[in-house]
Amino acid sequence: MVTEEDIQNATVELLRKTVVKLPADVEEALRKAYASETDEVPRMQMKTIVDNIDMALKGNTPMCQDTGVTIFYAALPKDCKVDVEKGIVEGVRKATKEVPLRPNAVHPLTRKNPGDNVGERMPFINWKVHGKDYIEITVMTKGAGSENMSQLAMLTPTQGLKGIKEFILGAVLKAGSNPCPPTILGIGLGGSSDIAMKLAKEALLRPINQRHKDPEIAKLETDLLEAINMLGIGPMGLGGKTTCLGLNIEYAYCHTASLPVGLNVQCWAGRRGTVRIYPDGRTAYPTHER
Amino acid sequence: MPKVLKTPLSEEVVRGLKLGETVYMEGVVYTGRDEVHLHALEYLEKGKKLPVEFKGCALFHCGPIMRKTGDKWQAVAAGPTTSSRMNSLEPLFIEKFRPGAIIGKGGMSQPTVDAMKTYGCVYLAITGGAAVLAAQGIKSVSGVEWFELGMPEAIWILNTGNFGPLTVAMDAHGNSLYAEVNAKVKENEKKARQRLGLA
Repeated sequence: MVTEEDIQNATVELLRKTVVKLPADVEEALRKAYASETDEVPRMQMKTIVDNIDMALKGNTPMCQDTGVTIFYAALPKDCKVDVEKGIVEGVRKATKEVPLRPNAVHPLTRKNPGDNVGERMPFINWKVHGKDYIEITVMTKGAGSENMSQLAMLTPTQGLKGIKEFILGAVLKAGSNPCPPTILGIGLGGSSDIAMKLAKEALLRPINQRHKDPEIAKLETDLLEAINMLGIGPMGLGGKTTCLGLNIEYAYCHTASLPVGLNVQCWAGRRGTVRIYPDGRTAYPTHER
Repeated sequence: MPKVLKTPLSEEVVRGLKLGETVYMEGVVYTGRDEVHLHALEYLEKGKKLPVEFKGCALFHCGPIMRKTGDKWQAVAAGPTTSSRMNSLEPLFIEKFRPGAIIGKGGMSQPTVDAMKTYGCVYLAITGGAAVLAAQGIKSVSGVEWFELGMPEAIWILNTGNFGPLTVAMDAHGNSLYAEVNAKVKENEKKARQRLGLA
């Protein structure tokens, strides 16, 4: 039987792995970007990034001091009896001390910092029940530099595909050097205002080397990515070839009178991690098997 | 060999730095971001004495992860934060406190470029997210002030050595690499729009 303590320990280990090591697809894209840059300034930016990835792994240290706020996605078996929420919350508290994570979570108005990354509705957990026998917990530790560049557009249906492209291109230009490019972009099309933003973030959970299964969406992903990489914003906004490492879109059907578009901006450190906790207490970390 | 800058920085050294040049830092560096800027300017207004001397200093836009072992602090991860958040306060901060260098990422807006030209200050870009590499350039931590602002917002007094690489991205003569890149991006935008079939 899985216990609350199992969840807590798995959460600590998941957070440690997530902030120390990037998923394979992101690391591969960064090394490719380094190889492709020819000018001195962007080459040095990419070399520093790649060196830093290696150093974080060697020292078992968070690659970036901004270990984000902890956004979780939990998928539970139908008959789950363990208090997964409490396990995750206590896991975050423990990980903040042990990994360590930077205490980032503060009250939005008083800015009071409790020091343990736990507060009203934080960690934030998205719930789902799945037909499997294991508990799956995914986390995104997302820094503020990139999150602050995220946007929502409530377009009209007549603005259509062109409107979507204008909005995304405009948002990337406005973000410029701020979100620690080369970035990863998550886009949510349709649904409603909140669903578009939720899908935009969830789009970042898909490996960036996988295109959407719907060919029209996949084409939009490729078109936008190629256009953005023509801008020359470059690593850290200091110029260069790579502005965006990957771009994923998720969609939902929406009202016939609306076209919501959400954009979630992710810095180069696209940290995401997943743990599966099996009924016998065994754990597996599919994002961190290498 | 890249240049090594030693703090406190003289105006002569600062004015001698060239746009795009790679440098390393040695000596005391203070961290300071949103709350430090707000607090320092508030102290000045009230005529209160600041806990550190910013003149000629290197101010690092950074909220590090620090670990305390016994009574000693150690920097675990200490990359830069987004400098543009301090755009509205930096020109006044530079005028009143005269730092020699601001270390950060993403660059800052024209009023800061102008203040740097007037008072002799440079902006040194350090790669965002490269927090382990930056922490390796922090040899020891001699103290912390305004700790009540929280770990990310406090003033950490860092003793650095071989801290970098840093790129002179805004010099003391009114030039900015970011402005140069922006001009090119504006030109490139036409091609990007064409690729997307936008008018």
